[in-house]
Amino acid sequence: MQGTIESNSDLPTPAVEASGDVAHHEEHPDLRVLGLITFLCSEGLMFVGFFTVFLVYRAAAAAWPPEETEVELLLPAINTVILVSSSFVIHLGDTAVKKGDVAGLRKWYIVTALMGAVFLAGQAYEYMTLGYGLSTNLFSNCFYLTTGFHGLHVFIGLLLILGVLWRSRREGHYGPHHHIGVEMAEIYWHFVDVIWIVLFTLIYLLSIF
Amino acid sequence: MTQAEIPTQAVVVPATPPPHHPEKWKWYDYFTFNIDHKVIGIQYLVTSFIFYLVGGLMAMAMRLELATPASDFLSPDLYNAFLTNHGTIMIFLWIVPASIGGFGNFLVPLMIGARDMAFPKLNALAFWVTVPAGMLIVGSFFFGGAQAGWTSYPPLSVVTANTAQSMWILAIVLAGTSSILGSLNFIVTIWKMRVPSMAWDQMPLFCWAMMATSILALVSTPVLAAGLTLLLFDINFGTSFFNPANGGDVVMYQHLFWFYSHPAVYLMILPIFGIMSEVIPVHARKPIFGYKAIAYSSLTICLVGLFVWVHHMFTSGTPPWMRIFFTISTLIVAVPTGVKIFSWVATMWGGKIRYTSAMLFAVGLLAMFVFGGLSGVTLGTAAFDLHVHDTYYVVGHFHYVLFGGSVFGLYAGLYHWYPKITGRMLNESLGKAHFILTFIGTNLTFLPMHQLGLQGMPRRVAMYDPQFQTLNQLCTFGSIVLGLSLLPFLANAIWSWSQGPKAEDNPWNAKTFEWTTASPPIIENWEVLPVLTEGPYAYGEESAEETEAVNT
Amino acid sequence: MSTVAVSVYWCSDLTQCPFPDAGYASMKQIPAPLLTLTIGIAVTFVSFWYGQNHGLLPEQASEQSVLVDELFNSMVVMGTALFLLVEGAILYCMVQFRQRKGDETDGPPIEGNLPLEAFWTAIPTILVIGLGLYSFQVFQDIGGITPGHVAHDHGTMIAQSAEAPLPESSAEPEGTLVAENGVFGLGAPLENEDTLADLQVDVTGMQYAWIFTYPQDNIIDGELHVPVGADVQLNISAKDVIHSFWVPQFRLKQDAIPGKKTALRFIASKEGSYPVVCAELCGGYHGSMRTQVIVHSPEDYQAWYDQRVAQVPVNETIAKAPADLSAEEYLSPYGEEMGVNADLIANLSLK
Repeated sequence: MQGTIESNSDLPTPAVEASGDVAHHEEHPDLRVLGLITFLCSEGLMFVGFFTVFLVYRAAAAAWPPEETEVELLLPAINTVILVSSSFVIHLGDTAVKKGDVAGLRKWYIVTALMGAVFLAGQAYEYMTLGYGLSTNLFSNCFYLTTGFHGLHVFIGLLLILGVLWRSRREGHYGPHHHIGVEMAEIYWHFVDVIWIVLFTLIYLLSIF
Repeated sequence: MTQAEIPTQAVVVPATPPPHHPEKWKWYDYFTFNIDHKVIGIQYLVTSFIFYLVGGLMAMAMRLELATPASDFLSPDLYNAFLTNHGTIMIFLWIVPASIGGFGNFLVPLMIGARDMAFPKLNALAFWVTVPAGMLIVGSFFFGGAQAGWTSYPPLSVVTANTAQSMWILAIVLAGTSSILGSLNFIVTIWKMRVPSMAWDQMPLFCWAMMATSILALVSTPVLAAGLTLLLFDINFGTSFFNPANGGDVVMYQHLFWFYSHPAVYLMILPIFGIMSEVIPVHARKPIFGYKAIAYSSLTICLVGLFVWVHHMFTSGTPPWMRIFFTISTLIVAVPTGVKIFSWVATMWGGKIRYTSAMLFAVGLLAMFVFGGLSGVTLGTAAFDLHVHDTYYVVGHFHYVLFGGSVFGLYAGLYHWYPKITGRMLNESLGKAHFILTFIGTNLTFLPMHQLGLQGMPRRVAMYDPQFQTLNQLCTFGSIVLGLSLLPFLANAIWSWSQGPKAEDNPWNAKTFEWTTASPPIIENWEVLPVLTEGPYAYGEESAEETEAVNT
Repeated sequence: MSTVAVSVYWCSDLTQCPFPDAGYASMKQIPAPLLTLTIGIAVTFVSFWYGQNHGLLPEQASEQSVLVDELFNSMVVMGTALFLLVEGAILYCMVQFRQRKGDETDGPPIEGNLPLEAFWTAIPTILVIGLGLYSFQVFQDIGGITPGHVAHDHGTMIAQSAEAPLPESSAEPEGTLVAENGVFGLGAPLENEDTLADLQVDVTGMQYAWIFTYPQDNIIDGELHVPVGADVQLNISAKDVIHSFWVPQFRLKQDAIPGKKTALRFIASKEGSYPVVCAELCGGYHGSMRTQVIVHSPEDYQAWYDQRVAQVPVNETIAKAPADLSAEEYLSPYGEEMGVNADLIANLSLK
């Protein structure tokens, strides 16, 4: 039977349609990954806005960062290693579920969540020990705003991973052919990582020069 | 490959049983979180129209103030609050949601042969996010209302009505979020959910317009979000992003703001151009002239339109090379728009034009937009803009393109698709009266503004040089005519919804897919999805009658 | 018959017209090209006339305004022509191609015409390129390319009456010309980019007034006074929020931006009094932030100036430590008592 009528891609003969209950909700490809990627392009551009402001102010400043508000380098560097590695770890989880290994998925996603939590803890520690705050000077304004918004996105990514872990508890929820949530969490996590790499380069590494 | 065979490796959402919904939505369903794109479209249209009325009342108050040179009707701060929120509401809560959220959502799935948008729940979320946005704007008036213009330049916006300004910023961020979520929905839907028989160059031009609009919104809105976030922080958290005393730069804000806000004007006109491309062929009974040119010109406007924003800053802290570059880019962007206008006129040429209300508003748009576009070209030259920037010349220009353009186009769309949306016909005599009053009112209100600006009247003022009083009174009179013009429309729209003559499936004998189903469509849009057998504008073909019978 | 599709409808002979029942009977006497030519000539005449006689702009009181007006007039000519042609075509369609009673057929299935579309893309492109080049020339001539704050040690020369020789010692010593970076606005026209202004005035915008300071003698005024024919540079700043300095009769405008230096440069060409309008929303009383620029004859200007110089220590004194004043600044208030005027002091004072 003609389950759907989208089969005729050759025209011009008009199709003879058969109706049926299934016709009311045809199969179609899962577009949610595409939707997420489109959304992340947009979200990335918001960070581009913040980075542009940072760079313009840096170009106009006599000293950047100013004397009173230097950046830490060691802790953020360690954090960078953790975050970048966590992208590889989360990918292991995605590979696992594609092979049907839900236990593997859970293992790797738990590790990723821990690494993400460590990153956030490291960030919080850095904030507490920097010795200057959001409103100290223009550099600190940019620093806290950008790292803060990034941290917020890491936190959301963490929630997505925890959500995947929660859902994975149900038998058969994720499988080799249905793991869209796993993929979406992974893509989001990679996004957060890429943003951090740019941020780390501009705010931390560039301060050396 | 037919979808009857399910490949084992492809990622496919399995077919689900028919969703549990009633045969028809009840009236109260329209007040809920409803994922039917048609319900969402109506929610957007009705909500935005209400905001249109609110913004319109603010404009009336401003025009009453401006009937006399002295500031004697409203307090200066209230006047500034009205001018700020009039602009904000008309842009973010009327034109953008009505054209993109309203018409876009209702029409796109129907036009491409889909049962709904790619992400129906996200779609509903995007609508409901605009409700708190509107409430924040209204609520801000309890704190004096934002008063720094819809452009809210710092330092003024940092030192005036902080609470109201913060509420305003949050409202815009919410509206922007709605915009981004809607845009990604349209991009994915149009790209991936067209019926297989519909190639890109067989898609209705409204869908091309929505595609270009959505890409533009996706790219530009986040930059506004960044700028407004920085402003919010300056107001509330002691930062100095735009505080020159601590190294901040107020011009930086202007760049972030206008990088979005110039494309915003294209967001407000591209869907309208799409409506034009649908209405004119139907009511002139001729194919659209230059389909490819119109489709590609939408994409061109999208691309070039991302690189013209500094023409709003010609008198600001912009270096000479920037002023020159953006003069050139602004002049270039005029060309694709001109192409569309000529194409629509050529579509009418040789046709059999019916003077339905929809067509009257479409032709009215053509007439008004030509004028608004020409004044826009003059504004694009930095050397001349130095004289007219921030004067009533600009106010005249943008009201010609936004009212004479966008609002006329929205009305054309409303008259054209009202039968499809509601299942009833609007009254044509009231429609004609509406058109005549609107056309006269628009010209009376906004034409004198060009002269006012050229002669020396700045914008955003409650008090002005008495030599300008006569022209201002003419504008005020025109605005009263505009206010009155709403009456036949409101009476018509409200009364006809329940009492108008029932509409057939295809009262205009049009060829796009939305007309192949009932008026209003069943919830799933069709029992059986349509198959494309001819182009969307195939008027004048001998085989027309034959294929129409098959499609229904 | 030409290849342009639209002229297919202009059938001079109905037997050859593909749409004989489209009501072209009244047209069959006049050949289409003749009609088109006549319309074209009429449109050209009307556009040129209107471009020169629109009467929309206020009087010209600066040399720059003449250039700006010429640009605007050219745009009005082009715009009028385009407006008449396009609106004319729309009106023609509305009348000629309206549905006739009982005719339920469709129009002809014409989907495009590549030569025509190329034509109406090329013409606007050419117009726009031409306009871009012309407006760039005007931009250059009004000083848009070279805004610059040309700084001096002791202020600049003041326009004198024609007879008085310019005192040599107040000529600029070599090397004190400083063009500052980061100044926005207008400067000298490109071809004269190194020319000093005859007069520099500092302009400060604040809620809700303009303050004009003549730095050489510390004159402060709420109105701007300049001599006709002098090349004047305004160094603009803002104290609180963004304002914008606009003189409609000069056709020049520049924002006053907190934290930035901006400048305007003009030569007033007509004596009289013209409004100075704030053109950037600056608060509730933005509309009241107005003053005047008074363009004097050189003699009247000098008289005004001298009178204000004499007033300085009595009225709007700005407290300044004597060590900060140059010799002539220090001595000038006393000059009047001794019957010595400002430039004599300039000549006498030690540099």
